[in-house]
Amino acid sequence: MNVGHRSGTWVIVFTLVIGMMLCLVPIPEWADRLRPQWVSLVVLYWCMALPDRVGVGIAWLTGLLLDVARGTLLGQHALAMSLMALITLKSHQRVRVLPLWEQAVTVFLFLMVNQLAVHWVNGISGFPPTDWWYLAPPLSSTLLWPWVFVLLRDLRRRFRVT
Amino acid sequence: MAPLRQGEIKSLFMGAPSTGVRAILFGILSIFLMTLDHRHHHLETLRGALSLVVYPLQQAVGIPTRLVGWASDEFTSRESLQEENRRLRQMQFLTTAHLQRLTVLEAENRRLRRLLGSADNLPEKTVIAEVVTVDADPYRHRIVLAKGTRAGVYVGQPLLDAQGVVGQVMHAGPISSTALLITDPSHALPIQVDRTGMRGLVLGTGRYGELELPYVPNNTDVREGDLLITSSLGGRFPRGYPVAVVDRVEPDPGRPFARILARPTAALDRIREVLLVDHRAAQHAPEPGMPDSLPLQPEPSTSDGPAATGAVQ
Repeated sequence: MNVGHRSGTWVIVFTLVIGMMLCLVPIPEWADRLRPQWVSLVVLYWCMALPDRVGVGIAWLTGLLLDVARGTLLGQHALAMSLMALITLKSHQRVRVLPLWEQAVTVFLFLMVNQLAVHWVNGISGFPPTDWWYLAPPLSSTLLWPWVFVLLRDLRRRFRVT
Repeated sequence: MAPLRQGEIKSLFMGAPSTGVRAILFGILSIFLMTLDHRHHHLETLRGALSLVVYPLQQAVGIPTRLVGWASDEFTSRESLQEENRRLRQMQFLTTAHLQRLTVLEAENRRLRRLLGSADNLPEKTVIAEVVTVDADPYRHRIVLAKGTRAGVYVGQPLLDAQGVVGQVMHAGPISSTALLITDPSHALPIQVDRTGMRGLVLGTGRYGELELPYVPNNTDVREGDLLITSSLGGRFPRGYPVAVVDRVEPDPGRPFARILARPTAALDRIREVLLVDHRAAQHAPEPGMPDSLPLQPEPSTSDGPAATGAVQ
């Protein structure tokens, strides 16, 4: 039992890597503005499903790598991601049992916190957003949440990630 | 059984309160990192080390694009290849002819410069680098290159393509580097109007295909179609490379300055390879009073690293 307690680390890492890649795939400029926050979705799921394994620390590290990949200020996405992980961890027991669409609404709020934190730092460092398009990614991510949730849940069950 | 029970209790009672504390610690750490990165640029080594982790992902993400390119190269028909070959040969012929004249001119230029006693800054080393990814953030125009410090890339190094100036290197990791395009809102570039010799700056606007020429008085002689070239003031870009063509001039009688927009000559939204010019060797000491160029913001690409020291020496 003790040995099986931490199985399936590679599944978590794998999904995070895939999420990161989806965040970096080059796509046309118009689609870029709607690009879902893939890594954030994955981090959110694991925080909700396995809060004792994936927490603020992993969220922070993922955010830091995202900062390096995107060339933003080091710590910008890390801060946003750990903030999102914190509120997810604080409320995962309530959110987990909600029906899928209500869960999606809550997830929208969490992703919004993430996005606002990123753009808040952007604004402070001298690049305030010029239009309202920066609110689009949380919306598109929310629409994808039910599918991401079901997919990751099936992965978690099939590979017995605990 | 006992150790298991203990572990469970631990996770139940120790886990919950420590989350908040950890979040605060990580929050402070991020703010600390951001401040260091933004104000002092001390984190190039950390960024370089972390870029080694991320680089495989960036490479992997570019594979589909490269596959498509490879496939279209591989499966082009014989006729179109022959056609292309013929066209290239013709172009090569023309270019060589031009080049002959250029060699003579270059020699003459060097001789004249020597006569004038000014430093000879023509020879420059160049490296070709492949563009791995274009930045995912639509508000910032950045690209990742497949060459790093091992290939001699340094922070502040100018980037060109066949048509003109592309940008400059912002962070240089061991095997990859990030570059800022001239259209990024934080980028400014000292230029000269080729026709009149007037000096100025071009600022990025955040839109591909649009640059702004600020602080030009209404009555200045700038016309549509004027070519803007690098002026090499600030010592970061080599002199005389084309940057942009003036697109629109709108004098505004209500204000002291006209609104002037220019179109970059380089195809910034379609680049696949860039030319990195080693400008350090050619840099002769500029006059001490000369402003150190470029980014308006104290963004990562300002006076830091080898470029700045090179300019001072």
